Formats: sequence, structure tokens, C-alpha cells
Amino acid sequence: MHITALLLSRLQFAFTISFHIIFPSFTIGVAAWLTFLEVLYQATGRPTYRVVFEFWLKIFAVAFGIGVVTGIVMAFQFGTNWSVLARLFGPIQGPLISYETFTAFFLEASFFGILLFGRARVPPWFYLLSTAMVALGTTLSAYWIMVNNSWMQVPTGYLAAHGTFIPVDWPRILFNSVVGVRFPHMLFASYLTGTFCVAATGAWYVLRRQFNAEARVMLHMGLYLAALLIPVQLFFGHLVGDYVHDRQPVKFAAIEARWHDEQPAGEVLIALPDPASQTNRYEIKVPVLGSLIGSLSLHSKEIGLTDFPRADWPPMLVPFFAFRIMVGCGIAMLLVAWVGTYLSRKQRLEQNKALMWVTFLSFPLPFIAILTGWFTAEVGRQPWTVYGLLRTADAVTPILTTNAALISLLVYCAVYAVIGAFGILFIFRMLRRGPGGAMAVPPLAFPRRPMSLASDLVAGQELP
Amino acid sequence: MITFWVSVLALSILLYVLLDGFDLGVGILYGFARDDGQRRAMMGAVAPVWDGNETWLVVSGVVLWGAFPTVYATLFSAFYLPLLFLLSGLILRGVAFEFRNKARHLPWVWDVAFAGGSLVAAFMQGSMIGALVRGLPLLNGNYQGDEFSWLSPFAILCGAGLCLGYALLGACWLVRKSDGNVQVRAFRLIPALSFASLAVLAAVLLIALNENLQVLTRWLERPYLFVFPAIGIIASITLALSIRRRREREPFYLVAALFAAAFGSLAVSFWPYMIPFSVTIKEAAAPQSSLTFMFWGEGLFVLPLMLLYTAISYRVFRGKGSPTAATY
Repeated sequence: MHITALLLSRLQFAFTISFHIIFPSFTIGVAAWLTFLEVLYQATGRPTYRVVFEFWLKIFAVAFGIGVVTGIVMAFQFGTNWSVLARLFGPIQGPLISYETFTAFFLEASFFGILLFGRARVPPWFYLLSTAMVALGTTLSAYWIMVNNSWMQVPTGYLAAHGTFIPVDWPRILFNSVVGVRFPHMLFASYLTGTFCVAATGAWYVLRRQFNAEARVMLHMGLYLAALLIPVQLFFGHLVGDYVHDRQPVKFAAIEARWHDEQPAGEVLIALPDPASQTNRYEIKVPVLGSLIGSLSLHSKEIGLTDFPRADWPPMLVPFFAFRIMVGCGIAMLLVAWVGTYLSRKQRLEQNKALMWVTFLSFPLPFIAILTGWFTAEVGRQPWTVYGLLRTADAVTPILTTNAALISLLVYCAVYAVIGAFGILFIFRMLRRGPGGAMAVPPLAFPRRPMSLASDLVAGQELP
Repeated sequence: MITFWVSVLALSILLYVLLDGFDLGVGILYGFARDDGQRRAMMGAVAPVWDGNETWLVVSGVVLWGAFPTVYATLFSAFYLPLLFLLSGLILRGVAFEFRNKARHLPWVWDVAFAGGSLVAAFMQGSMIGALVRGLPLLNGNYQGDEFSWLSPFAILCGAGLCLGYALLGACWLVRKSDGNVQVRAFRLIPALSFASLAVLAAVLLIALNENLQVLTRWLERPYLFVFPAIGIIASITLALSIRRRREREPFYLVAALFAAAFGSLAVSFWPYMIPFSVTIKEAAAPQSSLTFMFWGEGLFVLPLMLLYTAISYRVFRGKGSPTAATY
């Protein structure tokens, strides 16, 4: 493959955004869970809920800090590497991204401080409100990002004039059916991330015979919530599939590895698609299921890739496999959550060593599902950056040289490696240390510095 | 609407320069600290506020994109390498705040990251301003240069100048916020840094005259521009007096006034251009529908709240750091 500034810019964007999304998806889920936990604590007064709340609040703070830092680069990257995109669609995407920034800072500036330092200083109802507002803030942040990305998938509410694109119908840009299914899909993915991280931590403590009461709360509540959330998530996943089927038929055909029109269409479960010969090797296929999934019918004709010009095909292996990994993770999470919930009802959950190990080791699943889901959506949209309007090859900064792009890719890799390594080490240490311990408030630490709060609380823990 | 957003942009850039300016300056001076105690005191003097200061950079960036997409696209791609090093510098020095005192081995790595990151960030900002003043190679609003076109002796001099200027601002902040050795040294540094900054400023002017930069004609056309150097001179004289009297609070405000005067003179001499002298504010502005959409939410509500919050946080953190806070 020829190394170009375009390729390097794509790699850089993929790397920085994949790294970034891990942390927001975790914090959105944990924030919602903290709100739930605070409701339970205030309703029952059970101290264990409080201990678990304080524990996850610290971890939330660190992940939030890393999310903010890695997000800064994103706000600049559109201009540095994708200046044609930034110029043409700035009137639409710029306001959306600026709303996201303002939302995030507003959240950080107001209620997050109360969450970290205000427990003793405000009435309980106000503390609960602050927790809910932080959850709302992270959710709104995600909303703006999903509106922006959905607009790139299915542009709407605009007018093309004078070589630029003018927003003429903001309500339609903000509230359309594509946002309506993709935003909940991302939101539930984040909630699942939260529940699985919590449940896995609980299972870890059970295996280590530590923090008995807290571990039970984490394990049971995490699995129960996941068991409820996964079917909802699968439903929204199906709706997202419907929009792709209707609005982005090329992407849909690539995901399905359907080369030619079929009526009724089969569903390829797994195969090794071969773009050269336009066939699938080692194919396992269920007849008629493709029509059923695509159009809820037994007879519908489903479109194949070869209906479209070759220049409009996405690199099909990525969406094909990424989609299957995502669905596989979803099904694996469903099994873990449902079996766990069943055993919990039978009062046999903690005794089941094997399931404890499986639950503990399942924490990467939601992250893998989120990343592969995004790979499906974004790589599947190629060769377009804004679907049907601007090709990726035309969106890149025209004056960008290969050398400059290579330097920036390497520098960002190095910088992110440092942040990532230390951040994850931080979180790991907090998890290993477990809940409980003093909730000392450092005298001068101010709400602005979530990471330092957490580090001050990990007293005596030094980094190498 | 355009006026509103250009004012917001100017305000957020000025806030960024003043606020992050002093903490970058402290970071630069940190490289010259004598011992560990000084280093801790210096880091502690900016630790509670630095990341709030940096939010104004991101706010400037996204407001620029939303309200003036052409300028965002042109400048950010023209400044590809300076922005890369600026952001990396800011991230590394930010991380250093958190990790320096947790590091069992090699604490000097984080010292280097803190001082070096601050220096690089300040230098990159200065050279970008220099490149803007000198003029970027643009044709019909499209950037014609390559990734090194911003680089020139003039830009390097401006970069060095801003490092000195930020260090001066940082020294004034330390005078306010610290005591003992650190304060004594900061007091001693202020005159030297002031003279060095003025010398660079003079050199910048000489080069500008020599190269006959277009900016200069502005000053002949608009004599009222000289009000800014006048403010600068008054501020400098007052600064000298306040240093002789060992005032703790005034120097920071006076240097801030100097920065504001410099910012104002640049802004007015560019006006009505946004990228001098090629793209005007009006040409660069996003369509009315974009500006209005931004106004009703973030402009009218969130921005005032953020300003209020910034003010409150500086009130909470007023006075000198207590010894218990010196955990950095």
C-alpha cells in the first residue's frame, strides 16, 4: 500500500478517536449507574451503597480526566487534517461540536465539583440532583457527537450554496430518525459498559474473597442491569441496521457480504469474503434469513455490492468482520448476564467459580463491541466522509505532506501511550485497593482537577 | 450576530493568553528552579487553576470552527506542525502535574515534561502570532504554502518574545502567590524579564520596518492605534515603581494590562481582517443560521455561566497557598 498523507491522516484519526471513545463510553455508563446507586442509597440508607458510590466516583473522575484530555486533540484535528471538510461543513458541524464542548465544560464547571466535594455541604436532594445532572451532562455530550456523526452518515436539513453548505433546518438536523436510533444505541452501549465493568469488578473481589458486601452489590446489580439492558440494546441495534439498509445500501451489502442481488436473500453467518473474485470462501449461510433481517419479509429482494460502482464500495472486510465481532460480544454479554441473573435468583451466583471467572474476564467485551461497532459505521461509510457529498480523499487537507502527517501520527501515538499507560495503571491500582478507606478532601484541590483528587485518595500508592 | 461571535472569540483568546499565559510562564521558570522545594511551591501556585485556564483554548478553537469555519480550516492546516507541538506540549505538562509526585523513580522526567512542555507551547503560540503578523501565503483565501511556511526568523523571534512575556507574567503570578525564596527570586527576575521582553519587542519592530510589513501602514492610517503603546508605557512605568516598592499584587495586573494592550493593538491593526490581509471577518463568518443557532444556547447561557465560574474559582483560590497545600 502506498503511504500518503491521506492514509496517515486516516490512521491518525482512527487511532485518536478509538483511544478517546473508550473513556467517554465508560464515564457515560458509570455516571448513570452512580445516579441509580445514589437513589438507592437515599431510599434505603444502606451504607454499602454509599461506599460503592464513593469508590466508583473516584474511578469515574480519572476516566473523565483522560476523556477530556484526549478529546482536546479531536477538536483541533478536523482543522489540521481535514480542512476541506472543516471548511465546507463547518457551518453545520462546527456549531454541533462547539455545543458539545460547551456542554462538557458546563458540566465540569458546575455539578461535578459538588459531586466530588459537596456531599457534606449540600442537602441530600441537591446532591442527588447534582449526580443526575452529571449523568445528564455526559449524556448530552454524547448526543451532540451522535448528531454530528449521524449528519455525516445521512446529511439532512442543509442547502448547498456558494460552495458551502448552509444549515436551513436545525430541528431536522437535531431530531431525525437516524439520530433517534443511533443515539440510544450508543447510550445503551455505554450503560452496558458501565454495568459490565461494575459486575466484573464485583466478580474479581468475590474470587479474591475481599470486600464481601460491596462485591455483592456490584456483582448482582451489574448483572441484573445488564440482563435488562442487553435486549433493549439488541432492539436498537436492529433499528440501526434498518437505517443502514434503507439509507446506506452499499454499507449494508458489505456488512452482509452480499455480492449479488438475491431474492429471497440468505444471511451469511461467517465467511471469508474475497473482493477479487467477488465471492465468499468458507461460507456458512442461512437461506431466507437475509430477507427477514433486511426487510422483515420472506420474499424481499436484497441488493448486492455489484449493483454499485466499484469506486463507491467500502473496504468490505472491515465492516464485515467488525460487525460480526460486535454482535458476538453482544451475544456473549447476553449469556453472561442472563445466566448470572438466573443463578442470582437461585442464590447460587457467588458459589459458581467458573461464572465468576467468566464475569471477571468479560469486562473487555463492551469496549470491543463499541470499537467494532464504530469501525462498522465509519469504515462502512467509506469512501465518503460525508455520505454522498464529500469523499474522504477530497476531505483531507490538500497541502498536507506525508512527512508532516507521519510526524504527527508518531507524536500522538507516543503522547497517548504515556497518558494511556499511566491512566490505566491508575485505575487498576484503585480497583485493586478496593472500596472503603477515608474520603479525605484535599484542602486546596478544586473541582477542576478530577485526576488529582483520585490520586490524592490513593494515598501511599506511588507510581514506578 | 457576527459582532457578537467575533467578540466572544476575542474575549476567549484574550482570557486564554492571560490565564494560561501565567501558568505556562510559571512552567518556563520552573526549569530554572534551584531545588525541589522551589519546584513544589511553583507547581502548587498554578496547580488548582491550570486546566481551567486551558479550557479557553478549546473554547476558542470550537467557536472559531462554528462561527468562522474558513479561518479555522485555513489557519489550522497552515499551522499543522506548530499546533501539533502546542497540543503535545500542553498535554505532557498537564500530565506532569498529576504524575510528578507519584513518580518513585525518575522524577526529573516529569520536571522536563513540565518545563519543556510549557516552553514549547509558549514558543509555538508566539511563532504562530508572528507568522500571522508577517502574513501567510494566501491566494483567494486558500493557503498556498507548505508545513514550514509559518517558520521565519521573524516568527522565531516572536516565539522567543512570547516565552519571555509569559515568563514575566508567570514571575508576577509567583510574586502574588508565593513567599520566601520563590518570591524573592521572582521579584529579582521581573526587571530582567521586562527588559528582555522589551528588547525582543524592539527587534520585532525593527524587522517589521526593515521588511516593510503591511501591518505598519495600518499604524499610519490609524493614529488612534498609538493609544495601545501609550497604555503599555504607562503600565511599564507603574510596573517599575511597584517592583521598587515590593508590591505583591499590582505587578500581575500591570503585566496583564501590557498583554491586553498588545492584544488590542494587534486586533485593531488587523481589523476588519481575520487573517491579515486576506480574509475579512465578514467573509469568514458562518451563515446567519449557524451563528444564531450557537447564540441561543452556548452564547446566551453557557458562556456567561463559564465566565462566572472562572471568576468564582479565582476567588476561592485567592491568597497564598497554605503549607498543607504544598503537595506538588
